[in-house]
Amino acid sequence: MAIRDRLSGNEAVAVAMKQINPDVVAAFPITPSTEVPQYFSSFVSDGKVDTEFVPVESEHSAMSACIGAQAAGARTITATSANGLALMWEMLYIAASSRLPVTLAVVNRALSGPINIHNDHSDSMGARDSGWIQLYGETNQEAYDNLIQAIRIGEHPDVMLPVMCCYDGFITSHAVENIELVEDEKVKEFVGDYKPEHYLNNAANPVAMGPLDLQNHYFEHKRQQAEAMKNAKKVILEIAAEYEKLTGRKYGLFEEYKMDDAEVAVVVINSTAGTAKYVVDQLREKGVKAGLIKIRVYRPFPVEEIAAALSKCKAVAVMDKADSFNAAGGPLFTDITSALYGRVDGVKVINYIYGLGGRDVKTDDIEVVYNELLEIVKTGQVKSVYNYLGVRE
Amino acid sequence: MSKERKVVVTPETTWKETTPGGIIIDAGNAEDFKTGDWRSMKPIWLQDKCKQCLLCYPVCPDTSILINEEGKRVDFDYDHCKGCGVCVEVCPFDAIDFVEEE
Repeated sequence: MAIRDRLSGNEAVAVAMKQINPDVVAAFPITPSTEVPQYFSSFVSDGKVDTEFVPVESEHSAMSACIGAQAAGARTITATSANGLALMWEMLYIAASSRLPVTLAVVNRALSGPINIHNDHSDSMGARDSGWIQLYGETNQEAYDNLIQAIRIGEHPDVMLPVMCCYDGFITSHAVENIELVEDEKVKEFVGDYKPEHYLNNAANPVAMGPLDLQNHYFEHKRQQAEAMKNAKKVILEIAAEYEKLTGRKYGLFEEYKMDDAEVAVVVINSTAGTAKYVVDQLREKGVKAGLIKIRVYRPFPVEEIAAALSKCKAVAVMDKADSFNAAGGPLFTDITSALYGRVDGVKVINYIYGLGGRDVKTDDIEVVYNELLEIVKTGQVKSVYNYLGVRE
Repeated sequence: MSKERKVVVTPETTWKETTPGGIIIDAGNAEDFKTGDWRSMKPIWLQDKCKQCLLCYPVCPDTSILINEEGKRVDFDYDHCKGCGVCVEVCPFDAIDFVEEE
């Protein structure tokens, strides 16, 4: 029997970490992710896990210690937010290119400046090309489920890539909700032991990692890394299917909400999906064919699947909780429009940058977006592609 | 190549064949790669002046001073010698000349 509990997102992730019982956790506190290593360190001092906890002096050191530990053959997890993730930057690329499946809980927070501790996606969106797999979760339940699956995804021999599990700071990380936990022994069985083919502490087969890799070999290793990211899509679905058998909870590359006959749709990431689903329900009651897509897997980006899911829509609004400052549109918008290009013709796509720095996103705001889509369907005209929602004009 | 290798990495190795993340699977594979072409200065062993004191041998950072089965030093391994000149400095008998690489 699954365990019914009520936990905040951060508690849920810390509990998942306890159940995974990793070999090493190296972490540095930063709001709003601080509670994750804080709760976990109490599990360590209470002897509930066998983990070596490394309290480091910065996030750069946290990721460096995780890379070293994972290279040595240890299963390693850490957590961070915003500027902490930014300070990890250099090492994020090294973890990915060294093919070390470190797991990282990113509690999404606005990247400074101006300094702000509240939620948007500017931290993890900036890391979208670092070579990490990125999973996003709407609720504490999804944050918990993603973290457990992340271990298996990253460590899969066809993948061997680090995985970021992202969820919204404060909104998901600190709000207490009901949750269904998997039993300790079932999580233990699901994640199994970390058995890399090569690791530094293997005295029987000594290897060197992270060597100089110049003109003659670097490109081949990057091509190989790109292939691992392609492989990840299939592996993510296989692990999700296995997890569904264990828990009954179904996960895909993205969630489709009332999309079967949807004429207008919003594409969104993380907690705002909950608010938007409420608006979809309200619109449906009025007979409006509204739908929603919530991205779970952002890297690798499911281009074919997204194109197919949006192919029957007339107008789509992509919601970005981060700006790209490219004077053209947010990161998710760029990816969605690229996915549609050459695959689907005639779908009008617009972009809204919203909720920056934790600006509250209400049902009224989401209604504005759907109303604009309905106007586009009615007139066939797109007034503006790149828009801001909820900013004082 | 002097030893059996589990993975032979050559300039023709493709991305499908190469090791993940550039891991070096075979310990000591540096000898497979001729890195002596970085050298701008070249040590020359003057056999007549050499007293076989072997002070040069332990200071070579690249194990490029070869010792034979009788425990005597022989000529440099120029495939790997970087021309750092430490052996030239340490030799008490001026038995190692140091010249510009041609």
